[in-house]
Amino acid sequence: MSNIIQSGFDKEIQPSYLYEGYKSTIIRAPTKPLVMPKKSELSLTGPVFKDFKLGVLDHDLTKNAVKNGEPLGERIVVHGKVTNEKGHPIPYTLLEIWQANSSGRYIHKADQHDAPLDPNFSGAGRCMTDAEGNYKFYTIKPGAYSWGNHPNAWRPNHIHFSLFGGDITSRLITQMYFPGDPLLEFDPMVQSIPLKGRDLLISKFDLALTEPDFALGYRFDIVLRGHNATPFENL
Amino acid sequence: MDKKHLQTPSQTIGPFFAYGLTPTQYDYEFKSWVDNNMVADIDAPETIEISGTVFDGEGQAIDDAMVELWQDDGEHKLYGRFGTGTEENNRFIFKTIKPKSVNGQAPFINVILFMRGQLLHTYTRIYFADESSLNASDKVLNSVDAKRRNTLIAEKVGQKYSIDIHMQGQKETVFFDL
Repeated sequence: MSNIIQSGFDKEIQPSYLYEGYKSTIIRAPTKPLVMPKKSELSLTGPVFKDFKLGVLDHDLTKNAVKNGEPLGERIVVHGKVTNEKGHPIPYTLLEIWQANSSGRYIHKADQHDAPLDPNFSGAGRCMTDAEGNYKFYTIKPGAYSWGNHPNAWRPNHIHFSLFGGDITSRLITQMYFPGDPLLEFDPMVQSIPLKGRDLLISKFDLALTEPDFALGYRFDIVLRGHNATPFENL
Repeated sequence: MDKKHLQTPSQTIGPFFAYGLTPTQYDYEFKSWVDNNMVADIDAPETIEISGTVFDGEGQAIDDAMVELWQDDGEHKLYGRFGTGTEENNRFIFKTIKPKSVNGQAPFINVILFMRGQLLHTYTRIYFADESSLNASDKVLNSVDAKRRNTLIAEKVGQKYSIDIHMQGQKETVFFDL
């Protein structure tokens, strides 16, 4: 593991634990300084996914929950490359995806937003990066929804992502947004990100990725923490 | 190729992760690929249970956190994941084995913690109360203020270990900057 160089969370890019505009952080953010162990005392590894078995429709949310028809809404295809901070691709890593349906409603039992469920859409999926770090999945463009953070608060359209990368320090959970969404400037989640990093979560519409007569294409590249030279020596 | 690429910013897991990340535990149709039984794929004669509660700054048990454990003692690399919304008193529960000591370090399990109200996940560790001599000489534990060290040490009752995580307050858990 000696060739793995760790890099911390980039303070110029990452949100801080306490961000008062997002009210739930106030009683959930650590208040004491984090403890930084000596790097020489850490031997960092994490789950690997080389032999992970995806279900055949895990990557296609337009099909993986169909009951009696197709889900309603605008079909999209999301492509991207997962790299480390040096731009080196991260192959064979798992992406987990969850989102609201086209009306802005999650199937989660606790979601009380008064918008219809879609019997043919669950909003959950998974995919893997290939040997070059590229991933792709199909879904329905999620809708906006209201939430209780402040009066007339609305979340912009977004897709939740969960990724691992090479070790536990590269673990990432984030949200992908859509270009031109008028709610971005009012959203505390987006505004919690320092200005330098804010555009990094906005996907780009890409006509070249758009599949004729089927789905609009968006690109969302992801950079995980770390700049190890050989991230997958344990494969 | 080697120029610095900016990290993708973190965002909260939010309150509605269960049907995507821990679906089987919460009785959704999508099937989980990982759960709280970390020894499902290995021959493990001596398993242990680790459980606890995650508390917010007002002392309330958090019912929408996701706890991930990762342990690697060279022999067994084990990963587990559990949401705090299904058990009584919003506890997390894991079945695993106690990792071995590596290079004289005290045995420990990494914890990665996610929840609504965290824009960025937190890292902590679980050490074991019945490893007092290794704990006493462990360099990472010794890098922690002595008064706060016990926030990282799971108590043992029978074959079960118990450790609570406090986000804030007098018993605030030590979180690491990894």
